[in-house]
Amino acid sequence: MSYEKAQSKNVIWDWLTTVDHKKIGIMYLAGGAFFFALGGLEAILMRIQLMFPEFSFVQAQTFNELLTMHGTTMIFLAAMPLLFGFMNFIIPLQIGARDVAFPFLNALGFWLFLFGGLLLNVSWFVGGAPDAGWTAYVPLSSESPGHGLDYYVLGLQVGGLGTLIGGINFLVTIINMRAPGMSMMRMPLFTWSSFVASMLILFAFPALTIGLLLLMLERLFGGTFFAVDFGGNVIIWQHLFWIFGHPEVYILILPAFGIFSEILPTFAKKRLFGYSAMVFATLIIGFLGFMVWAHHMFTVGMGPVANAIFAVATMAIAVPTGIKIFNWLLTLWGGRIQFTTANLFALGFIPSFVMGGVTGVMLATSAANYQFHDTYFVVAHFHYVIIGGVVLGLFGGAFYWWPKMFGYRLNETLGKWFFWLFLTGFHLTFFVQHFLGLMGMQRRVASYLGGQGLESMNFISTMGAFLMTIAFILFLINIFVSTNNKENAADPWDGRTLEWTTPSPVPEYNFAQTPLVRDLDAYWYEKYEGDGKMKAAEPLGDIHMPNGTILPVLISLGLIIASFGFIYMVIPLIIAGLGVTFGSMFVRSIKEDHGYHIPVEEIKRDKEEG
Amino acid sequence: MSSHVDPSAPLQGEPTKNTQRKLKKEMRTQLVSFVLMIFITSMAFLSIASDAIPSGFAIPFILLLAAIQVTLQLYFFMHMNEKGTAWVNIMIWSGLFIAVLTVAALMLLIGVVKY
Repeated sequence: MSYEKAQSKNVIWDWLTTVDHKKIGIMYLAGGAFFFALGGLEAILMRIQLMFPEFSFVQAQTFNELLTMHGTTMIFLAAMPLLFGFMNFIIPLQIGARDVAFPFLNALGFWLFLFGGLLLNVSWFVGGAPDAGWTAYVPLSSESPGHGLDYYVLGLQVGGLGTLIGGINFLVTIINMRAPGMSMMRMPLFTWSSFVASMLILFAFPALTIGLLLLMLERLFGGTFFAVDFGGNVIIWQHLFWIFGHPEVYILILPAFGIFSEILPTFAKKRLFGYSAMVFATLIIGFLGFMVWAHHMFTVGMGPVANAIFAVATMAIAVPTGIKIFNWLLTLWGGRIQFTTANLFALGFIPSFVMGGVTGVMLATSAANYQFHDTYFVVAHFHYVIIGGVVLGLFGGAFYWWPKMFGYRLNETLGKWFFWLFLTGFHLTFFVQHFLGLMGMQRRVASYLGGQGLESMNFISTMGAFLMTIAFILFLINIFVSTNNKENAADPWDGRTLEWTTPSPVPEYNFAQTPLVRDLDAYWYEKYEGDGKMKAAEPLGDIHMPNGTILPVLISLGLIIASFGFIYMVIPLIIAGLGVTFGSMFVRSIKEDHGYHIPVEEIKRDKEEG
Repeated sequence: MSSHVDPSAPLQGEPTKNTQRKLKKEMRTQLVSFVLMIFITSMAFLSIASDAIPSGFAIPFILLLAAIQVTLQLYFFMHMNEKGTAWVNIMIWSGLFIAVLTVAALMLLIGVVKY
């Protein structure tokens, strides 16, 4: 394909066929935001049901479906894709690369996620969503009537494939595509933590794949892996799920830690305190994340020795996490702190996340866990770490990188309203849930009796949820009213890392010349030791770009068609779907695709305009 | 330096003396490890085929041989002993470490014996 041919495309076709990491990143963010709103809606419906004792806003069955889909959506379809959006957009820019290592696979990963998520949500309209909790414990899930759980199994399998592909892609990108001079220990911390998160994806997702495969065989083909009367074992599912599930929460939190480690030095005007300790702590958290899965199963009856081992291993994670917290505090110490919206999110994160961490150590105490298990105390704990950690990180990252991604700055006044309303709503919702749990309110119950002292705190909790919703709507409004804040979008925060050396919006080739990295915080170094511009590591020349292709959409679409075939056991549909998928893969394999070159005149013209 | 060289194009001319020596050495290593693999495989087969060896010895013995063979294959056949494979080594070994630890712990946890 020639350069001219690559330019003349209509907008929708362009986005469907794109392999550009920035566009894929934006699509991840848009898809993730859609599912985030959906998961939030499910949460609000549940909170309304729990606003009053014995309220009959939704039926118990609907409530079960809501809570299952809320958890599944928020973890797999909102938090991870939103982080993947930032990783996609920012990592190549931070390491001075023109794209990820495998642009085609990158597009494939996105479309698999999107189609998997949509498949999962189709279940609402065809006889009921999955209703066994996001953990889908057997035998509840293997015996669940209807097709809800089949949608869960196949939707997550397709989406999980996309995540695995994305994780491998980031690993290869970070190892192979760093600009000259960017050694591992000069990488920005967001790239580092995404790297470790990708390693966790690579090692943890196979366990989920196997678990889902067993559950699929059990439900669709009458397998007996979990059927006790045939010599099966129901506990295997719990182990497989949590061998994946615990690293999963670190897959979520580590990139968020990375985002805060970018925001805090920028707005404290100091380099990150203890960079190498931060890297080391990230690696240790990643490693220990695999050693603690059974702390979700203390009450299963593994025996006191196993419980004690996993309790101690879990508490050990508090050490590297504590290192990180103190490093952030010492980054702020003596800094010239600017209270921008992005930094407010980072500052609000520190105490909120520490509260979640403290209850985490309480839960790790295996003896006490018998009291906490499956109560609202657990619900409060994981919402404190996931909202207080991941969601605040996502919003902070959105305000921080928005100018780079979309070419305009979000309104700061509205942003601060959003932050304070959201933080207040969040603590209002979940702080009281600690006490609800300690008073004995079970998690996942569709209703509760009056006169047990649970009414007022449940009411407060629901009010907090409304406040968070209002705050989120304020954020959506902010996106639309800020579109004219276009001045000073290239480097609005006096940034330290390579992404701020590119113009906003970023040209499709990212860097006209690959930059030469001379220190950690490469751009900051050039600002204060050099002439304020990155040194080039190569002469200006034609830039080789990959061609766009529709094949990722077709491959994903084929898998979805096949999934419907499996759910309803329509053999022709299975064959047709897999035919589309493998046919597209075949075309991809035999068709020569050399990409195209952007001529050097074109790049020079961009440089003069920018 | 021309800018666009096709990396998959066939090489021109004869290899240097040094490269020839290296290739010869490489050939020898490959052959030796190939013979070794055959030997290990036949040992594994023999330990099961022969009635003289009790299965209490044969099973751990075969597992040991399997571990040795996988390692040799990774390093000599899959070229993990060469320069520039540090990341491959790190990823494969940490993956193996986590997999072995997880599977071993899982076997203990769901095994007949409760600790």
